Amino acid sequence: MNGPHDLGGQMGFGPVAPEKNEPLFHADWEKRAMGMTIAAGAMGHWNIDESRHARESLHPADYYASTYYEIWAKALEVLLKRHGFVQSQELEKGRSLGKGTQPKRVLKAENVAAALAKGGPCDRPVAGEPRFQPGDRIRTRNFNPVTHTRLPRYARGRLGVIEAVRDGFVFPDSNAHGKGENPQYVYTVVFTAPEIWGDGADPTLTVSIDAWESYLEPA
Amino acid sequence: MAARVRALETILTEKGLIDPQAIDAIVDTYETKVGPRNGAKVVAKAWSDPEYAEWLKRDATAAIESLSYTGRQGEHMQAVFNTPDTHNLVVCTLCSCYPWSVLGLPPVWYKSPPYRSKAVIDPRGVLVEFDLTLPETTRIRVWDSTAELRYLVVPMRPEGSEGLSEEQLAELVTRDSMIGTGLARAPGAG
Repeated sequence: MNGPHDLGGQMGFGPVAPEKNEPLFHADWEKRAMGMTIAAGAMGHWNIDESRHARESLHPADYYASTYYEIWAKALEVLLKRHGFVQSQELEKGRSLGKGTQPKRVLKAENVAAALAKGGPCDRPVAGEPRFQPGDRIRTRNFNPVTHTRLPRYARGRLGVIEAVRDGFVFPDSNAHGKGENPQYVYTVVFTAPEIWGDGADPTLTVSIDAWESYLEPA
Repeated sequence: MAARVRALETILTEKGLIDPQAIDAIVDTYETKVGPRNGAKVVAKAWSDPEYAEWLKRDATAAIESLSYTGRQGEHMQAVFNTPDTHNLVVCTLCSCYPWSVLGLPPVWYKSPPYRSKAVIDPRGVLVEFDLTLPETTRIRVWDSTAELRYLVVPMRPEGSEGLSEEQLAELVTRDSMIGTGLARAPGAG
C-alpha cells in the first residue's frame, strides 16, 4: 500500500539528529512495548508481514506523530483485536473482561533465550530455477496495490541490474494477508541514482533493494 | 502512552497470553547480551583474519554464527565491505529492518522518517549530519533492506592499527561504522 511508511525520497522531515550517547530505551514503557510485541508474536497467530502491515496501516497523521515504539504498541492492539484476543472495551477499561481466542502457545521466560536465538527464518525452498541471473537487466513493475508490498514507490517502474540471486523467501505481499507463504526467489537489484531521481542526481550514488521475483520483468 | 501500554500488559497477563517475566527476559537480552559489541568482534576478526573475511564476504550468516551471534533479525546476513572507492550505507526505508543479532536494537534516528526518507536520495547530506564528509569521488552504495536480508557494513581498517590485537581492534569499531553513518575510530582517538 502507498502508506505513510514508504519514506524513501520523501522530503521535509528535518534533520536526522542522532542523539549523543543515546540510551537503548527512552522510557520503561518502551521496554514493555518491545517485549510484548515479541511475546505476543510468539503466540503464533500472525506473522511478521501482517505485523508490518498493521503498522503501516495506521493513519498517516498518527504514524508520523508517533515514536517507533508507539507505532509498535498501536499496531499490537490492532493485531490482538483482529485475532480476537482482546476487545476495544477491554483496552478502554484496562482490564480483562473475559476469555478471547486461546493462544497456540505462550512464550515462557525460560524459553526466551532459545526463541530469540532461533529467530524466524523466512527462507523457503522454491521449485524451479531463478528466472534471472547476476548481470541481467530488469525493470521493476509499476503497481500500486492497496495491500502490503515490499517494493518501495521510489523503485517502481525503474531499470536496474541484478547483482545477486538470493534464496527463496516467503512472499510478504500474500503472507501479510493470510494468503500463504508462496515463496519466490529474492534478488538484490541495483539502480543508479539518475535512474531513480532523474535530473541532478548524484552520479556516484547507487541504491539497491531486495526484490521478490514477481516484482521484476526482463528489460 | 505509559498508561496505555501498562493497561495492555495487564490485560494480556490476566488472560494468560503473555508471561511478564518473558518480557523481562527479552528486554534483558537486548540490554545486556545482544548489542553492537557483537558486530564489532565480527569486524575485528575480519580485519585480522583474511580467511575469515573471505568467509564473511561469501556466507555472512555462517561466518557470524561461528562466533555464536545468531537469532532474531539476523537469520539471513550479508556483510558489505567498504573500500577506498566505495562507501556502504544501510537503511530500511519501509520500516526499521536492522541486524539485531550483531548490532542490537536500532537507535531512534535509524527508525525515524528523516533518516529513512533521506538516506536513499541524499546520503552525502545524511553523512554530513554524522560529521562525515566523504571525497566527492567516493562512490556511495545504499542498501535498502526491503526483504529479510540484514546488512552489516565492514568499515575499512583504520591506518595505524597494525599490530593491535582483535580485542583492541574491536574497540575501534563503532555501531555507526557498521551502519555506514561513520568510520572506524583511529587508534588513540577518543
